[in-house]
Amino acid sequence: MDFLRPASWEEALAAKAEHPTAVPIAGGTDVMVEINFDHRRPEYLLDLTRIGDLYEWEAGEHSVRLGASVPYTRIMENLRTELPGLALASHTVASPQIRNRGGVGGNLGTASPAGDAHPALLAAGAEVEAESVRGTRRIPIDAFYTGVKRNALAADELIRAVHINKADGPQQFSKVGTRNAMVIAVCAFGLALHPETRTVRTGIGSAAPTPIRATAAEEFLNAALDEDGLWDSGRIITPSVAKQFAELCAAACNPIDDVRGTARYRRHAVGVMARRTLMWTWESYRGNARTMEGAA
Amino acid sequence: MPTNGAPTRITQGSHTRGGIGESTLRPDGTLKVTGEFAYASDMWHEDMLWGQILRSTVAHAEIVSIDTSEALATPGVYAVLTYDDLPTEVRHYGLEIQDTPVLAHGRVRHHGEPVAVVAADHPETARRAAARIRVEYRDLPVITDEASATAPAAVLLHENRTDPHAAHVRHPNIVHRQPIIRGDVERARRRADVIVEGEYVFGMQDQAFLGPESGLAVPAEDGGVDLYIATQWLHADLRQIAPVLGLPEDKIRMTLSGVGGAFGGREDLSMQIHACLLALRTGKPVKMVYNRFESFFGHVHRHPAKLYYEHGATHDGKLTHVKARIVLDGGAYASSSPAVVGNAASLGVGPYVIDDVDIEAVALYTNNPPCGAMRGFGAVQACFAYEAQMDKLAARLGMDPVEFRRLNAMSQGSLLPTGQVVDSPAPVAELLRRVKAMPLPPEQQWLVAGEEADVRQLPGGLSNTTHGEGVVRGIGYAVGIKNVGFSEGFDDYSTARVRLEAAGGEPVATVHTAMAEVGQGGVTVHAQIARTELGVAQVTILPADTRVGSAGSTSASRQTYVTGGAVRNACELVREQILERGRRRFGAHHPAWATAELLLEGGKVVTDGGEVLADLVDVLGDEAVEIEQEWRHRPTEPFDLRTGQGFGHVQYSFAAHRAVVEVDTELGLVKVIELACAQDVGKALNPLSVTGQIQGGTTQGLGVAVMEEIIVDPRTAKVRNPSFTDYLIPTILDTPTIPVDVLELADDHAPYGLRGVGEAPTLSSTPAVLAAIRNATGLELNRTPVRPEHLTGG
Repeated sequence: MDFLRPASWEEALAAKAEHPTAVPIAGGTDVMVEINFDHRRPEYLLDLTRIGDLYEWEAGEHSVRLGASVPYTRIMENLRTELPGLALASHTVASPQIRNRGGVGGNLGTASPAGDAHPALLAAGAEVEAESVRGTRRIPIDAFYTGVKRNALAADELIRAVHINKADGPQQFSKVGTRNAMVIAVCAFGLALHPETRTVRTGIGSAAPTPIRATAAEEFLNAALDEDGLWDSGRIITPSVAKQFAELCAAACNPIDDVRGTARYRRHAVGVMARRTLMWTWESYRGNARTMEGAA
Repeated sequence: MPTNGAPTRITQGSHTRGGIGESTLRPDGTLKVTGEFAYASDMWHEDMLWGQILRSTVAHAEIVSIDTSEALATPGVYAVLTYDDLPTEVRHYGLEIQDTPVLAHGRVRHHGEPVAVVAADHPETARRAAARIRVEYRDLPVITDEASATAPAAVLLHENRTDPHAAHVRHPNIVHRQPIIRGDVERARRRADVIVEGEYVFGMQDQAFLGPESGLAVPAEDGGVDLYIATQWLHADLRQIAPVLGLPEDKIRMTLSGVGGAFGGREDLSMQIHACLLALRTGKPVKMVYNRFESFFGHVHRHPAKLYYEHGATHDGKLTHVKARIVLDGGAYASSSPAVVGNAASLGVGPYVIDDVDIEAVALYTNNPPCGAMRGFGAVQACFAYEAQMDKLAARLGMDPVEFRRLNAMSQGSLLPTGQVVDSPAPVAELLRRVKAMPLPPEQQWLVAGEEADVRQLPGGLSNTTHGEGVVRGIGYAVGIKNVGFSEGFDDYSTARVRLEAAGGEPVATVHTAMAEVGQGGVTVHAQIARTELGVAQVTILPADTRVGSAGSTSASRQTYVTGGAVRNACELVREQILERGRRRFGAHHPAWATAELLLEGGKVVTDGGEVLADLVDVLGDEAVEIEQEWRHRPTEPFDLRTGQGFGHVQYSFAAHRAVVEVDTELGLVKVIELACAQDVGKALNPLSVTGQIQGGTTQGLGVAVMEEIIVDPRTAKVRNPSFTDYLIPTILDTPTIPVDVLELADDHAPYGLRGVGEAPTLSSTPAVLAAIRNATGLELNRTPVRPEHLTGG
């Protein structure tokens, strides 16, 4: 196994172009596990830890450009306001030690359905900045996950950053695991309200071959909120609407039975999390609306 | 000469700082916390090779062929050994029955069974070479449960059995059967106003010690071998290793290396013989270290069990009878299954007085992973079932579950179903009263901190699954009984060598035993005993090795009792010699040498009136006093094979728990908020260590209540989750507050009146948590661990 240590992003791109089978490694929290268990033995490891740019983030007017290697700990500490859903998801990643090393780029590169960041990225709306010696492109998150542990990257591309829409409304993230910390998701759910566009977006983890959005549930809820004028009135969402949203989220799942849980339980739990996160975000939205009314 | 265990007096009566009863700190504590402690896996030797085991990929198959040529041709490989390379005719080992092949012979009986071993100059080379060994298997049908094991045409796991249990089992795939019969259950049943029945399932728990199996074998010039090893019992290892190597025991010098936890999982041999074989074959030191994945295959687990119970009671809440059948899955090899059966049967009634008893416990041979010793040892599975039964009975009778238990609790003088009289304190009712009387944690604890829910106090924790929605509190109680020490007539002794000498103008005691310090704190306690008994400040604890006699196993909650007893006994003998020497040398100077009761205190010989007669250094002079002596507790006897009657256990240990849980009833997630424990320890030699044992045992019991389980595929008998990714153990966020109430009611038969501590809390913790979850959900929950889908109906 050759260990490639590019000193700059340009060198990294050149190395990836020369060795398309090279496996990029930054925090190593996924890659090293696979190597230690001998699940894979890549010909080349491409060490990205010398590229400082990957550990930087920048908050623009509408979005945050999050370097691929920004550790989850930094996201929790610094981006709670801009990216509340992702910050909540970051809290649930493994242990403090892992959160100090692992970043969103690794979650995206591995593209496991159980990656904790995915539901938050799907719900917030994001684009993956992928680059190769051929140039740069932005891959919408909805088009990024292409199969079990497969993504839309070309063989010569590296993930440089993720552009995540700044929260324009409340966001939530929930994850079910069979212990109260340091656990791989049995299933997970992210929800973001987008008052500016009067839409909601969802993200579901570990309940289908890839991370997915519950599009039918989103469409139903968008219509229900719109129809009843709830974005303006800030009235409560009726239990029947919440229930139907939850059922549609559960229906969007295509889970399996495995050692971590049954398919039936996963579907059920996604429904419960969908209902609860909807209530939390909507209560928060109503609370903010009231606060703003009071201020006006 | 062996001496028997009757204590002469509680202590010599003097007080020395750092003696028994104080919470002296462990010598290894800081090193372990700061990461500087040298564990067995940290060992290194110039020029050493690395050993690697090739394990079977299937659970049950004939080995058609093994081709090692490619592995042997790998550069850097020094040796590849299979069954055919074993040096003597002794090719099997085992704790109780020698049924385990050192390397598989013609057949593998469980997933992960060692088939070949490789030595190479680099661990990765060894791994790759092992992967190049070609093994051709021909699948055999897998036996996974009682029905498949005892079917008339079932394939036999072990043919032509000659072990002591072979004659009394009704099928060769049953390792051992122990009935306990007392009174007349059929007649008693007619007196019962209510009868409850239940079938219970206990999942397979792993010891999950954090330091994986490791050892270093160094070939010696005399043709022997020095083995540095993490184990629970050096001399039992030695007894099994020597005949396989064809060496006399004195040519195998064993030294305990840093042990990272054990919990029963190091009672059986792991790589000891393999490392020695490779070292002797190559003439080079060989180190072996399992990784976590291999560790799951490298030691036995707790027996999963199916338990069938029927209890009766009268309207006024008195138990009439119990009928039970306990089926333990021993897996492919016997390990300590027979003793586990004896425990499950003899303790299967629990700490209750029931006159009419009909219990049968069996252990099966199957193709599942081998199971053996784990903290609680057969008593755990039974406690889970009988405590569920107690709650069911109380509910049927409309009684408070604690009061119902108290009404039937055994006490000193009670007759056990084995016919044994409980001849020391058995404060079962008092322990229950105490845990019930403790204040409850506040309701809705997650709101205590402020307006926002503190998710760390809620089921799901930081996974943020609830802010209080669907959360219901439940409270549950349980109590258990565990034997201390080895039972059923086993010659359960220990040996201690104690030396007292003057060094640098100070009296210094040296304690040498073969006791395996596995984290339990034995080395701390031994130093305390020596200080108390010899009245000295300086005590050196020598590394445990086989240059001193056997200390017995660090298991069965026995080391403080038995090796602690041996250390105390040796100290007493040293003290007598010192006083004798003092009388000879200084007797003429002071009449008190002849007339007074003399003590050793503060480095001096003093009278019981406190008068100083001499400095110990002066009495000692240049000549050390050294004694090595075996020490035994009073003997036990085997259980009758037909009725289970007999003085089988030397001592009992009792703990009670109250569990408080918050259950997210919609998601099926559980947060254990508090696990209060009350335990009688006879005498707390080190109160801090005692609390640590109780909290640790409690947490291990919690683990198997809500998460810990090795999942075995019932079709293939293969392990599905051999990693800490999917075999979950409690984190600190899963670990509740554990208030501990320690009683000290002396057992007059034991040194200092002490009672073994380590296992009892593991028993009652699990059923208490289950009872609390039942209380919160109203579900029957006859299986542990509870998984989320069991609570949501998914």
